[in-house]
Parts: sequence; structure tokens; C-alpha cells
Amino acid sequence: MASALQILIDGISVGSLYALAALGVGLVFGVLRLVNFAYGDFITVGSYALIVPSASITAIMFIGDWPWPLLVIASAIIVMIVALICDFLVFRPLRQASPAVLMIASFGLSYVIQNAIIIIYNARPKAVGIWPGLAEAITVGDLRVPGLQVVTIVVALGLLAALVLFLRKSRFGVQMRAAAEDFQMARMLGVQANTVIGTAFVISAFLAAIVSLLFLCQVGVVSFHMGTQLMLIAFIATVIGGMGSLVGAVVGGYAIGIGGTLLQVMLPENLRYFRDAFVFGAVIIILLARPQGLVVTRAARERV
Amino acid sequence: MSRTMTLGSALRLHSTPIVLSLVLVLIALVATAFHSSSFDRTVVDLLIRVVFVVGLYIFIGNSGVVSFGHAAFMMIGAYATGWQDCCSMTKSFFMPGLPQFMLDTTVPPPIATFISGLFAAFFALLVGAAIMRLSGIAASIATFAMLVVVNVVYSNWDSVTAGTSTMTGIPAFTDRWVALLVAVFAIFVAYLYQISRFGLMLRTSREDEIAAKASGVDVIGQRLLAFILSAFFAGLAGSLYAHFLGTISVNAFYLDLTFITLAMLVVGGMNSLSGAVIGVVCISALVEILRQLERGIEIGSASIALPGGAQEIGLGIAMVLVLIFRQRGITGNQEITWPLSRAMEKPERTRDVDRAQTTSPPPPASRWRHQSKVIKQEG
Repeated sequence: MASALQILIDGISVGSLYALAALGVGLVFGVLRLVNFAYGDFITVGSYALIVPSASITAIMFIGDWPWPLLVIASAIIVMIVALICDFLVFRPLRQASPAVLMIASFGLSYVIQNAIIIIYNARPKAVGIWPGLAEAITVGDLRVPGLQVVTIVVALGLLAALVLFLRKSRFGVQMRAAAEDFQMARMLGVQANTVIGTAFVISAFLAAIVSLLFLCQVGVVSFHMGTQLMLIAFIATVIGGMGSLVGAVVGGYAIGIGGTLLQVMLPENLRYFRDAFVFGAVIIILLARPQGLVVTRAARERV
Repeated sequence: MSRTMTLGSALRLHSTPIVLSLVLVLIALVATAFHSSSFDRTVVDLLIRVVFVVGLYIFIGNSGVVSFGHAAFMMIGAYATGWQDCCSMTKSFFMPGLPQFMLDTTVPPPIATFISGLFAAFFALLVGAAIMRLSGIAASIATFAMLVVVNVVYSNWDSVTAGTSTMTGIPAFTDRWVALLVAVFAIFVAYLYQISRFGLMLRTSREDEIAAKASGVDVIGQRLLAFILSAFFAGLAGSLYAHFLGTISVNAFYLDLTFITLAMLVVGGMNSLSGAVIGVVCISALVEILRQLERGIEIGSASIALPGGAQEIGLGIAMVLVLIFRQRGITGNQEITWPLSRAMEKPERTRDVDRAQTTSPPPPASRWRHQSKVIKQEG
């Protein structure tokens, strides 16, 4: 029983990370129809922001040594600035482009950011330990849960609640939901396109920074491609959740996290290496069964 | 085409594949004249990329569905080649899981190449029958999921694929002329397909899926046909690649390949065959120039070299700039024809339609009505 609960907590904690990342991808997709491949690099930037830019092999802590509230804020601000610069330089001139063009442009951008990181910091992974206290396990009865997992789950739930409040109660949030539903109509009713898109990028960057720090805490190493895998999973989560639906993005993130963890445990030994094949096979099956995703939004429904 | 058409006017009408092939022949001839082995490798690499990207174009360009999965077909083709003609002596040692008849036979390279293409096409038939029912971004994700599944299986199925280690000992068969021949073949097949009724039906569904269905087009079937054909060429490209390097490993056929080839297609112009070929030529040329600059050039007595990594950054920036200033790619989604000054098609008027695309949600299919005029002229 305890082990089943433990596996579930494992899955929920992994799923929380995916759900946050998926929200970041989904927010920008909702307003801009942009599949942002550079999102993974926003995540990477969040971690690299902690160390002094240098090509040395060992990481020299800079922001990483600050007390945690300052550390989180500083990292988030740096990622937000990077995201806004990217929007201004690349995506703003492409406002009228087709989704395929936007996607390839974001891929080009991702390529540039990754290689800029390689030039500045050098290509080798560097060990960066933050918040070692979180590695200690919390024991409840015969259940031992790493503190990091608890923190990940709590942070994710807190941010989800805050985001829901923001989207429902604040002016920007309402505008953003309107824009996600029908951008043209929202603009006609006085929504400022660039403000909404900018806000989406800022929130998405903030989520990227949080995901980055939680992930870094878990792996303890920064590398220039650390965000890529997370971004791909986040992107898939938004699609199986339902394009343009934020609830869907969260559902998709948790589904992949929990499903992946369960498969890891339940698959027989000799098939365990093939776990990702099963996860992605399941993605295909979900899409075939529900092409619009698990949560269908009004905007995604086919109109003739 | 009317019967009274003379040979000359027929050639002029269908000059696109000829012009594109001549461009490639020219590149191959320059490589022959140069006698530089590194330049020669670049050119063979370029020609293999042309085969792959033209294959990619057959599906993406005609159907409008972006596929992230074609690298899987290339891998399937490359490994199928290894299974057929690799290292006859040590085959049973490296790949003990193969069926006995495959261990015993060694197929001559040209036949192996062809069979590899067919094998990839057959796999596309199996997978495509399911995922071609999807449209838009869901279809793209499904192809990506297929790529991951194939990659994971090939990485871990040690007894057949040598796992993540490299498979070596595939005979060198691909040289400049073989690659050129296959590239020209790919261009002609892609052209014939796109002006055939099947190609036109699929293009109709790209412009407006619902209208196409209403006109009696079997959208799923037509997509599947294009998917199979494009997988065939991706498989051929994989086989050429295996026969060129002599060694293959799964990592060569994953995200990097997917992205760089998609970038080539989009930068060239994803809705025209010329775009596919020109995109490969331009990006390959750019990469080569940047690589030379990175190595350093002599100007007078001073030597200038870009720092390492500048090549990738330069490529990324160039891609973004092309997309910002020419959103429909270098060719603007039009075909190159001879004589160059006499464009066969009027420019596509999609600017206002493009705007509707970003500022409102999918489905994209219903937003491209204006282009349908162009299709009729192509035939």
C-alpha cells in the first residue's frame, strides 16, 4: 500500500513539473498559435542565470548563492527579459505568418540561444547544487517522500491556483482568455494585441524559470539542452490535453507524468527500456481517439 | 495537356523539374572539377538531403500537414540497408536477432537501396493508415510520437540494430553520381505526382479540407498515398546515407535531422518543389560558408576566424531573417520555370488570408480559399 502511494506521489510530482511547463507552452500557444520551441531554452536560461558567465569548467555561483526568494525573483526576471526580447525581435515581425513559419522561426531562435549559451558558458554540463536541504526525505509512517517532491507538488498547485485567479479576476487575465478564444474579435473590442501577447510571454517565462529551478534542484547539473526534453513533453501535453485549453495543458501534463511513472513500475524488466515507446504510442492512441484533445475548447471546434 | 502541343511548349510548361535537375548537375560538375574530398563530401551530403527533403515535400507541401516523423523513415531505410548488405562475415555476431535468411544473403547495394525505400514505404503504410485520420497539429504530434517510438525501439533492440552503438561495415556505394541520379529521380517523381490528379486532389484538401471532401476527395486516402510515397524517398535517402558513410547510429536520425530538414523546406518555400530543392541548396551553402569562416580565412596578412558555435548562430539568425522578410520562403511558394523571366503563375494573394490565420484560432484548412485558383493553373 505504502509503495503504491509512493509511486503515485512520484507520478504527481513529475506530472506537476510537466503541467507547469505545459501551461507555459499553452499560454503562448493560446494567444499566438505559436508552437514555441525556444520555450525549452527559456527553461535552460533560468538555470544558467544562477552562475557567472564564464567558460570555466566548474560553475561559479552568482545569483545561486542568494537567499531563495531573491534567487527565484532574479532568475524569473532574467528569463522574462529574454522572452520579451525574443518576442520583440522575432515573433513581433512575424505576427501575420502561418503557424508553420512561426514554429520554424522559434526553432531557429532556439538554435541561436543554445549556441549562444555554448559560446558563453562552454558546452560541458556543470554541476550546480541549489537548496540541498530539499533532498532530505520527509517520513510519514512508513512513507518516505523526498522534500523536493512535496515542494514541487505544493508549488505547482499554488501557481495553478494563482493563475486561475489571475485569468478569471484580473483585467489582463480576462483579456488573455478573450484573445485565446477569438483574437480578431478581442482586438475589435479594444484588447491591445501586443500587451496581451507580452503578458503571455511574461507569465510563460515566469513558469519556465520555476520549472527550471525545480528541475535543476532535481538533477543538479546545468547543460545547454536541459530544457529541450521538458519542452517537447510540455508541447505534447498541450496537444493531448486539447490545443488552446489551459485546463487541458494541466491535465495533459499530469497524464504524461503519472502515466510514465506507472509504466516505469508496471512494465516487465526487459521492456522497461522501451518505456518511452509505450508512452508515445499511448499519445498516438489518445490522439486517434480524441483528435481535439482531452479537453475541447470552443475555439478548437471545427467551424465551416 | 492538349494533343496539339509541340515538344517545345511541353518542355516549357514542365520546365521546373528540368531546371532543378540542371542546378544539381551543375553542382555535381563543380564538385568534379574541384578535386577536393571535403567539398565532394559536402556535395554528396547535399544531394542526399535533396532526396530526403523532396520526399518530405511530397507529403508536407502537398498536404499542408507538417510531419516531424520522416527522420524515422530515413532511419528505417538506413538500417534496412545494413540488414541487407552489411558485413556478411560478422553479421551473425552483430545482429544475431535477424531471421536466418537475412543472415545468409547479402544483397547487392543498388537493389538493397531500392528495397530499403520500399521497406520504409511499407512501414509508412502501416502507421499512416492510423495517423492520417488526424489533421493539423494533432497529425504533426502523432508523427513526432511515431519518431520517438521508432527511435526508442531501434535504440534498445540490441540484437537487430546494435543498439545505440554504431553499425559499421556497410559497403560504400553512394558517390556523387549515384546520389545525383537518385536526387533527379526524386525531383521528377515529385513533380509528376504533384501534377497528377492525386497530387491535385491532395493540394485541394490542403487549401480547404471541407470543400475538398464535399467535392468527393478522399482526403485520408490521398494523404496516405503521399505519406507512403514520401516515406519511400526518405528511406532511399537513409539507404544512400548508409552507403555513403558506411556507418550508422540512431542518434543521426533524430531531432537535429528533423529540424534542419524542416528548416530547409520552410526557408525554401514549403508549398513548392522548387522551394524544397532551393532550400537545401541555400542552407547547405550557408552552412559550408560559415564552416569555412569558422576555420579562418586569410585576407592579406591577417587571418580572421569566427569563434566556435558562430556557424550555428549564423544559421539560426539567417533562418529567422529569411522567414521575417519572406514569410513564404525564398521561392515564395512558386515553381521556378524556364525562361526564368516568364513566371507561369501569378503571385499568390494570401497576405490578407495570412493575417486571418494568426489572429484567429484553427482550423487552418478553411482559411486559404484564395489559393485554389493557383492550383488549376499548375496542371
